[in-house]
Amino acid sequence: MKTGFYPGCSMKGSAREYSESLLALAREIGRELPEVPDWNCCGATAAHNLDRDLALALPARILAAAEKAGMDEVLVPCAACYSRLKVTRHELLADDSLRQRISGLVEADYRGSAGVLNIIEWLGRVPDLEKLVKKPFQRKVACYYGCLLVRPAGVVKFDRPEDPQSMDLLMKKIGADPIDWAFKTECCGAGFSVSRTDLVARLSGQILDDAVSRGAEAVVVACPMCHLNLDLRRPNIEKRAGKKFHLPVIYITQAVGMALGLKPKQLGLQRHKVSPSALLAPASAKPPAGSKSASGDSPASAPLSGSSAGAPASTASKVN
Amino acid sequence: MARIGVFICHCGENISATVDVMKVAAEAAKIPGVAHSVEYKYMCSDPGQQLVKNAIREKGLTGVVVAACSPRMHEPTFRRACAEAGLNPFLCEMANIREHCSWVHEKGDATTDKAIDIVRTLVAKVKKNKALQPIKVPVTKVAMVIGGGIAGIQASLDIANAGHQVILVEKEPSIGGHMSQLSETFPTLDCSQCILTPRMVEVAQHLNITLFSYAELESLDGFIGNFKARIRKKARSLDEKLCTGCGLCTQKCPSRRIPSEFDAGLGLRPAIYVPFPQAVPNKPVIDREHCTYYRTGKCRLCEKVCPTQAIRFDQQDEIVEADVGAVVLATGFDIKHGDFFPEYGYGKYRDVIDGLQFERLASASGPTLGEIRRPSDGRVPETVVFVACAGSRDPAKGIEYCSKICCMYTAKHAMLYKHKVHHGKPYVFYMDIRAGGKMYEEFVRRAMEEDGVQYVRGRVSRIFERGGKLVVKGVDTLLAARPLEIEADLVVLATAGIAQPGAEELAQKLHVSYDAHKFYAEAHPKLRPVETNTAGIFLAGACQAPKDIPESVAQASGAAAKVAALFSQSELVREPLIAVVDRQAPPVYSSCVGCFLCQSACPYQAIEKEEIRGRDGQLLKTVAKVNPGLCQGCGTCVAFCRTKSIDIQGFSHEQVHAEVLALLNRGERDA
Repeated sequence: MKTGFYPGCSMKGSAREYSESLLALAREIGRELPEVPDWNCCGATAAHNLDRDLALALPARILAAAEKAGMDEVLVPCAACYSRLKVTRHELLADDSLRQRISGLVEADYRGSAGVLNIIEWLGRVPDLEKLVKKPFQRKVACYYGCLLVRPAGVVKFDRPEDPQSMDLLMKKIGADPIDWAFKTECCGAGFSVSRTDLVARLSGQILDDAVSRGAEAVVVACPMCHLNLDLRRPNIEKRAGKKFHLPVIYITQAVGMALGLKPKQLGLQRHKVSPSALLAPASAKPPAGSKSASGDSPASAPLSGSSAGAPASTASKVN
Repeated sequence: MARIGVFICHCGENISATVDVMKVAAEAAKIPGVAHSVEYKYMCSDPGQQLVKNAIREKGLTGVVVAACSPRMHEPTFRRACAEAGLNPFLCEMANIREHCSWVHEKGDATTDKAIDIVRTLVAKVKKNKALQPIKVPVTKVAMVIGGGIAGIQASLDIANAGHQVILVEKEPSIGGHMSQLSETFPTLDCSQCILTPRMVEVAQHLNITLFSYAELESLDGFIGNFKARIRKKARSLDEKLCTGCGLCTQKCPSRRIPSEFDAGLGLRPAIYVPFPQAVPNKPVIDREHCTYYRTGKCRLCEKVCPTQAIRFDQQDEIVEADVGAVVLATGFDIKHGDFFPEYGYGKYRDVIDGLQFERLASASGPTLGEIRRPSDGRVPETVVFVACAGSRDPAKGIEYCSKICCMYTAKHAMLYKHKVHHGKPYVFYMDIRAGGKMYEEFVRRAMEEDGVQYVRGRVSRIFERGGKLVVKGVDTLLAARPLEIEADLVVLATAGIAQPGAEELAQKLHVSYDAHKFYAEAHPKLRPVETNTAGIFLAGACQAPKDIPESVAQASGAAAKVAALFSQSELVREPLIAVVDRQAPPVYSSCVGCFLCQSACPYQAIEKEEIRGRDGQLLKTVAKVNPGLCQGCGTCVAFCRTKSIDIQGFSHEQVHAEVLALLNRGERDA
């Protein structure tokens, strides 16, 4: 079984740490993840809002390239790319004349032989993940699935659309304590990150508020867009809410990586706006998030001090 | 020389819109042996039947082919018409050119040709038909009613009052069913128990009714008028004759923390229990799964306190056999449980409950004695959200059909809540309000207008707990058209009505058909709503589809009337379409060689051994013989017989062979 890797644009830019942590993890567990050769943009939000053919042709070209390279499946860590590739495969396999026409457009014979895999499915296949854990990630985490990982249910056929559990199960395997909360699949504001930051501030703020009120020490995400809104847009969120949130937002690969004993730098943990350094402090000493003893003097947090100025170091105590 | 009459029906436009009936009539007239061929708009109507009768008399017909609908539909109609005109009814055949032709094909020559072919085969067959005489079988005038809810109770009482014996089988320790759990009933708000319990007592005291409570049907064999039922009386662990129902044992039982089925899990009961104080019969039963004695071998406290020494720990299930002539299925329904809507938190939050649980909260006999108190902390809820269509009309997550009763009971719930908690705020989320029924719409309007229930047209997307409140996120799709969040203290889900667990298994025991949702199928959705396709088995109540009380009762009385009609005759006339074993003159006697393969093949134990003896009593030959009372005419024995010694009357080798030949257009040869 040959598994390819489709990074998409964000893994090479705003979500470099997602890519870094994923590849570090793949090395650690001895999995090869060759990139799909000559990959292109998935079309993301722009293409399918404007041109249906283009929306199908772009992912079809990627998948055709993967098939040509002999890949049986393609790991797509970005939830938005995952959705585009999965939907395209679904639509083209359901309609042969459409498949032939799109194949013609991309000048490749797309057959649909390569499956599309999200990050949770890929991690879920690691045999005996529990046994590989060196430093159990004993944190209360809010597993945030966002919109595209589990929907549309009929197409992705992955987990329960309104109350998914797969990430929670993975977190339990690495020793974390996933909280029961209400915003697992609520909207973060997604692509409005650029045009309507006020909307993002409100929606993402509600998500953080619920996670904090239920005692989460971190939000775990599997989507660069979610991460961007919850992390990079934190100043907007805090301004609108009129209070500070010190809750770090990390990628699922970073959480697993930490549990498997990878170095913070390997996992790109220094790249976040909101420093996750509190998560590196010994878990046993951990009080609820934001209280004093999770202080930034802990040696483990030192390498992260270079993170952006916008994020207060984890020394903060609860505001209000 | 055969003189066959062919009668082609238009069935309004059902047939004539796709089949050229004129051409069929013209072609049929050319078939050798056909003496008369006509078409008519509605052959089953009185003038249509008259056409058939007149032709038989005037043209001296020796056989009739009616080319119309399925024989399931109108074969009896036309056979009766033939009999009235003096023709043996079994010399009449139906050529199905509707279900088998016009309904399933496009209009065109090919369709008409197929209709002609179908007529041709039936003409060939009817030429080989023999005059047959109906079989008469006795009727056992005892009815078995399965299920002791309101439908079963009504059916039992009606049949018993008509003077017939009834065996009522109920699987729970008491009769009463779901209706006994309800608080008040719509649209009159009269107390459910007050109208039901007198009926339950009537059942118990009726001389014509034998009640088997805590019992289930083990098997049913036989056929209409002559069923043999085996009923398993589950061990109550006490001697019902000795027990006086004093209740000492239930008071003293030390295992008292078992969720009560009757209170939908909201109340507790002991291990030896009567489901509710008004139970019929008022005799306890030991729940062996939870009883300390059965688990640990110690206790026997109930035995010590029983003043009549009625407790029997070693009691076994008992099988009772009964001959019955008719069966009424009234096994009722269930509601959907479990986390099919995980985002609603049903099963996760104690204050998200289902409709049946709310009934228990509102009931004077319930765990809160009728005060609306939420399960988690016993507080009186200030805000209650009712969610209609929780699973109904939702093909993606629930079921596609409408559960029918929820609109009404949700309005009732909101009303009852408001009547008990005057300052309370009830909200109802709904898709559409379906209040078709006498005084139903008025009832819902009363909830809205007089009791101030806030109806929100929209669905609920999620329910979660925040600060001790249940946050209900939904949408108001009407004027405001915006997302909505209501902080509720209690949420009541009107979960979908579904078939009883075990409905499928029971259907298979009885050989009745059921639909994709395991509801029992009626013989005809409009014209035979209380009969199943299995003769002698009738339907009553929500086992057929979700129904409210008035509808269940009406159907039960309908089923009872069918049973009474069946029992009005001492003999039943059955069609003689059964297997017969070849008999010939001596010295052959029969071509049967007595291998009895047929006996092993027969699913109805209808094949017996017959010894043919000479005048001196000497055994000449042992051959198979078909018991005409038991044979169902399935034909399995015919297929098994190696010497072609068994034939089915009405579907003989000769007849079917003639049909096949006609289909191959070689019919002319043996005309």
